[in-house]
Amino acid sequence: MSAYTATVTVRPKRGVLDPEAETTQRALERLGFDLADLRSADRFEVDLDAADAAAARARATEMAERLLANPTIHDYDVEVGEA
Amino acid sequence: MLTVTVAVIRFGGSNCDRDARRALDHLGVDAEIVWHAEGLPADTTGVVLPGGFSYGDYLRAGAMAAHAPILEEVREAAGEGTPVLGICNGAQIGGEAGLTPGAFTTNESARFQCEPVHIRVENAATPWTAAYDEGEVIEVPIAHGEGRFEIADERLQQLEETDRVLFRYCEPDGEVTAAADPNGSTDNVAGVLGTDDHVAVLMPHPERATLPDLGATDGQGVLRAFG
Repeated sequence: MSAYTATVTVRPKRGVLDPEAETTQRALERLGFDLADLRSADRFEVDLDAADAAAARARATEMAERLLANPTIHDYDVEVGEA
Repeated sequence: MLTVTVAVIRFGGSNCDRDARRALDHLGVDAEIVWHAEGLPADTTGVVLPGGFSYGDYLRAGAMAAHAPILEEVREAAGEGTPVLGICNGAQIGGEAGLTPGAFTTNESARFQCEPVHIRVENAATPWTAAYDEGEVIEVPIAHGEGRFEIADERLQQLEETDRVLFRYCEPDGEVTAAADPNGSTDNVAGVLGTDDHVAVLMPHPERATLPDLGATDGQGVLRAFG
């Protein structure tokens, strides 16, 4: 078993409205910043022990499927690195 | 006569559980508040997932409660024909638990909104709407920050084809317009049915429009499904 950190990034699916990101963008613009677009995402860093990186990825992917993301509104990706 | 006992499930952070019980009492329906960890009582004849902010809306509104063990019991009861109604946070829980299609997420305004709205009965052939006519407009309050109904286009089409849309936000005269949609919900959807007609969720609060003392009684018909 080795120690891994799986990073799960959950973001609104393309085309799904993200009012919090829009509000944040407007606030940045009010502060005088020039920007073309802004997208938000949630990032979860999960420390876990697994036989190998593939097993760590599989477990983190299941976490995303079952709880961290809602497939109706979210896309997610999983990156695995040694902790 | 059978004793009818509706279980109003209280999670940490539920805050419309007492309102729901009182509204059901007013309609002559025996209802009890059940702490989620106690599990569903054996004689449960109906389930209300009430409004509130279960688990502080951590992760997503309803996501934590949707994975509480009692939801498995609710799912089994629903499978055996027990009526299940999710209101507001209960609707978010129902969506997260997969009892009903779609998801309720951040309002288009990105703000909490508390206001009366008009909704149109889209399917009157369900226990929740038997007291109304199809196309009837009722006035009920909303109180939510995450009520925007989202669903994939192809699923939305399925919902329409199988008559799963229960209520739509509308103008007082019943016209469904973008301006009457308080939160940016896809296709103005305010409430949907699960696979079976006896499972439903909606963001507006029928229990807050049931007691005559509160000045509005349009929501009574929804709760009469338990009677």
